[in-house]
Formats: sequence, structure tokens, C-alpha cells
Amino acid sequence: MATIHIDGKTYEVDGSDNLLQACLSLGLDVPYFCWHPSLGSVGSCRQCAVTQYNDENDKRGRLVMSCMAPVQDNMWISVEDEEAKKFRASVVEWLMTNHPHDCPVCEEGGHCHLQDMTVMTGHNKRRYRFTKRTHQNQELGPFVAHEMNRCIACYRCVRYYKDYAGGTDLGVYGAHDNVYFGRVEDGVLESEFSGNLTEVCPTGVFTDKTHSERYNRKWDMQFAPSICHGCSTGCNISPGERYGELRRIENRFNGEVNQYFLCDRGRFGYGYVNRTDRPRQVLLDGQALSIDTAFARLSDRLKARRLVGIGSPRASLESNHALKELVGAENFSTGLTQSEQELLELTLDILQNGPLPTSTLRDVEAHDAVFVLGEDLTQTAPRIALAVRQAAKGKATEIAAGMKIQDWHALAVKNVAQNALYPVFIASTQETRLDDVADTLHAAPADLARFGFAVAHFIDNTAPVVTGLSNEVLAQAQSLALSLLAARRPLLVAGSSLGSRAILEAAANIAKALKNREKAASISLVVPEANSLGLALLGGKPLESVLDLSTADALFVLENDLYRRLDAQRVDEALSKVSTLVVLDHQQTETLKKAQFVLPAATFAEADGTLVSQEGRAQRFFQVFDPTFYKPGDQVRESWRWLHGLSSALKGQAIDWTLLDHATEACAAAVPALAGIRDAAPKASFRIKGLKLAREPLRYSGRTAMRAKINVHEPRIPQDQDTAFAFSMEGYSGTQELRQQIPFAWAPGWNSPSAWNKFQDEVGGHLRAGDPGVRLIEPSGADSHWFSVCAAYQPEAGRFISVPVHHIFGSGEMSALTPVMQSRIPAPYAVVSSEDAERLGLKDGAQVQLRSDTQSLTVTLNLSTQLQPGLIGLPVGISAIPVKAGLVIDAIEECVQ
Amino acid sequence: MSPTELIQTDRFVLSETERSAIEHEMHHYEDPRAASIEALKIVQKARGWVPDGAIPAIADILGIPGSDVEGVATFYSQIFRSPVGRHIIRVCDSMTCYIGGHETLLESVQNALGIGLGQTTADGRFTLLPVCCLGNCDKAPALMIDEDTFGNATPEGMAALLEQYP
Repeated sequence: MATIHIDGKTYEVDGSDNLLQACLSLGLDVPYFCWHPSLGSVGSCRQCAVTQYNDENDKRGRLVMSCMAPVQDNMWISVEDEEAKKFRASVVEWLMTNHPHDCPVCEEGGHCHLQDMTVMTGHNKRRYRFTKRTHQNQELGPFVAHEMNRCIACYRCVRYYKDYAGGTDLGVYGAHDNVYFGRVEDGVLESEFSGNLTEVCPTGVFTDKTHSERYNRKWDMQFAPSICHGCSTGCNISPGERYGELRRIENRFNGEVNQYFLCDRGRFGYGYVNRTDRPRQVLLDGQALSIDTAFARLSDRLKARRLVGIGSPRASLESNHALKELVGAENFSTGLTQSEQELLELTLDILQNGPLPTSTLRDVEAHDAVFVLGEDLTQTAPRIALAVRQAAKGKATEIAAGMKIQDWHALAVKNVAQNALYPVFIASTQETRLDDVADTLHAAPADLARFGFAVAHFIDNTAPVVTGLSNEVLAQAQSLALSLLAARRPLLVAGSSLGSRAILEAAANIAKALKNREKAASISLVVPEANSLGLALLGGKPLESVLDLSTADALFVLENDLYRRLDAQRVDEALSKVSTLVVLDHQQTETLKKAQFVLPAATFAEADGTLVSQEGRAQRFFQVFDPTFYKPGDQVRESWRWLHGLSSALKGQAIDWTLLDHATEACAAAVPALAGIRDAAPKASFRIKGLKLAREPLRYSGRTAMRAKINVHEPRIPQDQDTAFAFSMEGYSGTQELRQQIPFAWAPGWNSPSAWNKFQDEVGGHLRAGDPGVRLIEPSGADSHWFSVCAAYQPEAGRFISVPVHHIFGSGEMSALTPVMQSRIPAPYAVVSSEDAERLGLKDGAQVQLRSDTQSLTVTLNLSTQLQPGLIGLPVGISAIPVKAGLVIDAIEECVQ
Repeated sequence: MSPTELIQTDRFVLSETERSAIEHEMHHYEDPRAASIEALKIVQKARGWVPDGAIPAIADILGIPGSDVEGVATFYSQIFRSPVGRHIIRVCDSMTCYIGGHETLLESVQNALGIGLGQTTADGRFTLLPVCCLGNCDKAPALMIDEDTFGNATPEGMAALLEQYP
């Protein structure tokens, strides 16, 4: 701590900060551009100048750049000094000389850091009346729009894209007052994290192209605190709606989870919510019914039948639990196949009973050695990949600290470290997008596991020994074990994306070995879907065990497309037997098309619920908008509401449109492991100064007119009984009172995402009210056995064993339904080793037919120099390609043209 | 030949000499990135300028992103990114030369060649560029033609001087 005097007042601040951080953390408004909490200081924009005095008697002082001035004890500075204020106004004036006067047509307007800073400094009249430099813009793909004329050359974009996210295709060109930020030539931005440019850029150079199609200002959108459903990471998001459409997803700061950044699947993969082909009406054999009639008919059909329910890892805990209540635990399936469920249960077992704590996403960055076993993180849990990249770069901070350079001194840290990295080791089937910061080993899944077992043995020799490994692999395992042992805090990342139990068992052994050697290690296990871990905690039977149905049964399928999990033949067979198939979903899945009863379910944007992320963090997502406000006949409801309503109807009670809190409470009460979900977010009764929390910014406009084409009499706004939020600008939206659940970041004078500063205990730190979510799992360390080593991979002559290949764009079931994603989703392909292709006389890019005992597929053949012979990589979730691992392909034949 | 015909992005191939010179240069440094400027100079020396196609070719040898090479190539004003004449005339316009008669000197060169700053004569013989200092302030005004620096330059002497560069 240090004591500093700012404009005559005395404050206690963190002595390791720079002055800008200190001032912002104190809540003072110091304008800045090039500094960013995650990117540190470079001192290039000169916007954050303040006056520093030698002591209390010094009346003249001197200007210093606050982002480059370390806090010193007993420092005297002034933010309000006239000279400093004039200087800051003149800096904005310089930056604005080339900036166009296009705010009214600029999509950044209304959440623009440049606008905010210009207003803050008081520069309000342009004196520059000459030609402005202009640039040509580039076509950067479907996600990010480019408008270079607006650039103020703060360099944040390249510092984020290259230095932080490891991208290589965005650069800065030119010199002095003519610099250009873009690619070398037009083309799709390669980074999976390119969308963050729209928030990192302080002005409108990089904007969200998906929002552009149906644009409106931030102040005219309705928001809710939500959780990304794109993968199991559980990033916090702030989706914005207008006219019943989701229009943009922005990052929502959670100091323990995603902090400032999202991946492009999470940010841009929301279009499935807006699809016009979504089921929106209750259907009985294709005929639309009113809700009451539907319930009456459905109750008739369900009476005296065995009800069987199939849950889903992409549905909320509340919905899954409501289904479980309706059908009874003995008839409830998780909706996962036997093998998926076994992997998930093992994952949960390792987390609950293993020795190592699960790392939070932010804490991943604080580890000094990382071993990624079997996961291609960029594709399966992208935000974790970005965090692992930061962990590798932690070495630079350590070297800098040794030279007494503060961690926020971004360029000095980078320069002194000269690309030095903490060790990251990735064992995977093929190349990954993190390989540039890692050592790698490529092998078949079983051999990856054996490598993991060998590492465990080298860490702690009481772990089972692996025999039959080559000297080269042994040496790699030994050197990795040594670097994990040498680290202060090693991190082990694994998961189930390859469908390999042995990989998880190897991870468990490594965890135990690290614990035996008393390392302060952590673990992070990736699971397949947004609520996979929640479902594991809830429990249920595997899919196969409830599919032996009879005509007397009624089957409920909750937000789950069975055709993605089992062979079509198997599903067809099971579904053909039931006379009453009730499907609750929000998309036209293959399963839904088979339903007698369709109950239109809400997506995350129209629903409240709770998810458990791979960290074991229970997080609540809240309804962004009420679709019935614009479409009075819309029957979309949360699945838990449908199921609970049905349950009441079956019991002959009046339909009780229960509160979210009741649904959550019922789930928490029924499952002890889920007791913590009550505290994942405040209850519906939560108020601040007697107010609900506003979903809309204070300046929300047009409410009286927006429904006029339906009826000129403006109805009452939807009333939210379920949550503490109001569908209105009326309610609390300030920063003074403590709250964790923040629909949108806004503070007086701060309209851009920089407004998060105002909610944090210190800039870039944690929310003052605590970061949202509750961790449900802490390890007991009770598991004490070693898993035994699996058998080595044996290629089978003439046959190919499939391994799943995951894609950030395409493998996520819902995001793949988003129209804007289509151009980024790979066409159906298969990948085999170059050796196999040569043996079969097949060339890269050939159209081939794959034949297994049950089906045949036509795909494009890709070759890999890394994939092991005898394996065939098949992309997960790409249409027509079966998703399960371990499929045997008997033949690959070139298609005759 | 029009300048556009010279821009070969698709079919650019580094000559064997250029390639080996770059590889040789690269080994002088711990980080191959450090050879970026030298690599660009090697290409420019061989071709007079650095075509767009050279950027990915150089990036490939150095093992760094093309955007980094392009960043360096566009930062330095003496790396030429469009075709130039056989001879480069750099006329110093810094403070001392300005006082010493830069304006009349520049005018005489422009009149003699019929081109303005940043332009190339139709016969491809000269390109005229401004330069901010040649380190020749004691002999202002100064100019440089290719590798040769001239001090105390006069408008009258320009015709004869230019004759030396066919």
C-alpha cells in the first residue's frame, strides 16, 4: 500500500499500481486510450496526463503520463490542475483531427470510449479545418467490420490481437500520422478471438458486423446478465435485444471467469435465437393449439402411462430437474449415451474426490507450467486456450519482476523477456492453435493417455509404470514431469473431447502424483456442453437404458437431439414404438420433427436458469426479453415452466406458473450436491433502495412507438415475477450500490465497456460485490487408488478408427445453427495420415466415400502429417457426419468423377 | 511498363541470390525477426523496390507473420513499395538546407526533369524524393543521387550533375 495525495485529498492505494490504475480504482475520472486493464501501459496516447508535484509546497508541478508513473508513497498529484486539463483537452483535439464527424452513422456511437473521453476532457469544438487522412477499409470476414478512417492510432488492437491473443494476421503499417491497422490484404481474421477487437478498440474501427445487420444504439437495447451456452467454460455475457430479436452479445466482466474477453463462437454464435423457423406454437400432430387445450389433451394422453424423460446437457438445471420430478428419478435419463455419461461421471469423480482443486478461468493465467492432455482447447473450450496463452506469457512478468519492472509496463516486460515462456506442453492427436507457445506430442488417443500415465510415473514413481514406450517418448515424458515438478504452480488440463476414458484416468494419476509430491497444482477438466457438469451432479440414467420403450409409454425429450448422440437407426427404432412423444426444444431438430407434441422451449435469451460450468461454478442466466411483448400469441416458455405446469395438470391442480426461485429451490433441495445453486444469484425479491434492477439503460427510447403497428394502445410492460430485474429502464442501474448481476455496463460519463471500471474493486480486478457464481465442487482427495495403464494403440490393417476433430465454428450444436457462422463451418471432410493416403493412392482434396458396417459417407479427404496411421479424423457436429468416437471405417474409396 | 504490371503478388519468386543472402543475414541474429530490414534491403537492391509478393516470401524465410514484415516494409520511407527510376534523387528539405536554398534547388531539379516530388520520369531514369537530413548541414543545400552525396548544390550545376547518371 502507498499513501498518495490527489488534489488535496489523501488516499491509500496499491503501491504496485501505476497512477492511472490507482486513480481509476479510486473512482476518479482520468481519461485514457492506449492503456487497458488486460494489456497494460505503453504511454503512447498521452491522454492520461496528470500533474505531479515534488511535495506539498511545490505549486508548479510537472506533467506526467499517469499510466507510466509508478505510484510512490507520499506522492502529490493533481488531476484537476488547469494545465493538466488543458493538456488532456489538446491531446483529444490532436487525436480528433483526422477522426471523421460520423458519430450519427457510426455503430460505436453511444458506447464509444472516444466519445466518452472527448466529452470528459471538455474538447467540444474542432479548430482543425483541413483535409483529413483517409484509408481504404478491408473485408475482414463475417464477424468484424473495419472502418479505418475512425482510427486514433492507440495501438490497442494490435497489442490485443498479436501480443495478447497470439494472432498473426493483424498488423500495423506505415509511420507517423499515416498508420494503418489491418491485415496485409483483405481476408477473414484468423484468430478465434477476433470479436474482442470490437470492445478493445476505443472507437468505431472494429465493430460487430452481426449487429450491423439489425443495428440500434446500446441505449436502446434491453440486456440481462447471461451465461454463454457455447461450451462448458461458462463465460459471462451481456446479450442485447430490441424488437424481440437478439442483436449483439457483449462481454460481461466476471473477475474470476472471462474478465474482458470472449471467443468468437460465444460472441457471434447467437443467431439461432432469431431463427424464423423456430417452434413457437404448441403443436399436436402438427396442429397448433392453445396452451390450455394442449394441456388438457396432453394430460388425457399421459394419464396412467409410464412417463419417461430424457434430459439434456444444454438445458438448465431447473429444466432438467422439472423433468426428473415429472417422470420420477427411475425414468429420468441424462440424455447422454452410456459412454458420454461414463466419461462425465469419471470427470466429476476426479473433481470431487481427486486431490487437486479446479482452477478458475482467471487463475489458469497464474500457473507457471501447463500440461494439456488430449484437448484441442481452442476448439473445445476456446476461452481456456486464451487463458493458457496468458499463463505461458507469465514468464515475461516473472523475468521483469526480477529486473524490478512492474507487470503493467507492457513494452518493457515484452522487451526484457524476449518471447520467454513458461512451459506449456500439449499432447494431442494433431496440431492445435496453441502450438506456437507449446511443446507438443501427437499420437493416437490411447497413446496420449499412456504418455500421461508415464508423466505421472516420472512425477511420482509409486504411480504405475508404462512399459513399451519408445525412448524418445520416455524422454519427453520425463522432461515434462521435471518441468511440472520445477514449477511453483503446475496446471493440468484434460477432458473428454476425444471420447477417451484412459485420458481422464491418466489425468487422475498425474493429479495424484502431483499431490504426492506436494505440488500446489490445479486441474481443469473440459466437459462437452454448457451444463454437462450440472447434469452430472443432478444424475440420471444413460440414454440407452431408457430407450427400451413400449407403446404404453410416453416419452419426453428435453432440448436434446437424440440423432446427434445415437445412430439414426437406433433412435428411429425407439421412437417408432412410442405413441406419445413430447419434445421440448427451441430448434427444428430431427428429434422434434418426430414429435406428436411439440412444446416450444425458450432459448437462454427468453429464459432464466442455472448452469454449472466446467469449473463447477453454478451461474444463473436471466431472461433478456419477453417474446410475447411483440408477439402476443407466442407460446415460447422456459422448459421448466412447461414441465412444472404439466406436472400440476396431471395432479389435477390448477396450473401453477411457478417462480424461478421455486424451480431452483426444488432442485437445490432434491440434490444435496446442488444445494449451492440457491446462492448463485439473488432471489426475485432482491431490491436495491426498493428498486428492481433495470434491464434497459436510462435513455431507452421509443417504447411507446415500438409496438404501435400492433396496437396503438401501449400495453403495460411485461412484469417479471421470476427475477429481480425489470423489463424497463425504471429500476436501479447505478454503480454505487453493491450488486453482482449487471445487465449492462454503464456509469455516468462511461458508456463504453470501459464502464466496468466503475463496478470493480480495482480496475481489472473483481466486481466490488464479488464475482457472480458459486463454486459447487471442492476436492476431497478421498480417491486414493491409481488407475492402471491402458493398452497401446494398435492400428488395424485395412481399417480406420475414427477420432473426433472439434471445431470452434461448427461443433457447437446451437452456434452452428447461426446463419452468420455458416461460412466459417468446414465442409464435411475426413482427415487421414499422409502415409495411409499414399498407401491407398489418395490425394489431398479428393472426394472419397467412407464405408462402415452401418453407413457410408461422401466427404473431402484432407491429409495430415501429424495424425497417426490407422486413424481417421471426423469433424464433430458437421452435418451428415456421425459424432461418436471410435467408429470403425472399413474402407475409403475415391469417388468416380 | 505501367506500375500495375510490375506488382506481382501471385507469381513472385525470390531469386536464389536473394534467398541465400537473406538466409545468410538471418544467421547473424538470435531472432530471425531482426533480419527483416536487411531482407527488405536485399530485395530492394536486386529489384530497385520491394514488390508486394516479396512480403510473404520474406516472412516465409524468416518464419514470422507477413503482417510483421509488411509493418517494417511500410514503416521506413526508404523501402520503396512501388517501382522507382534507375536513379533516386533525394533532395534534403531539413531546416539548414531550407535556409541554404532548398526551394530554388528543388525547383531547378523539378524543371530539369519535368516531375514533382514522389514522381518518376517517363523514361524511368529518375525518381525524385524529399529527404529530411543527409548529415551534410555544413554544405547546405544538399542532395543525394543514388549513393553519392553532393553539398553546396546550385541550380546552375544541376544539369551537369544529372548528366552523370544516364
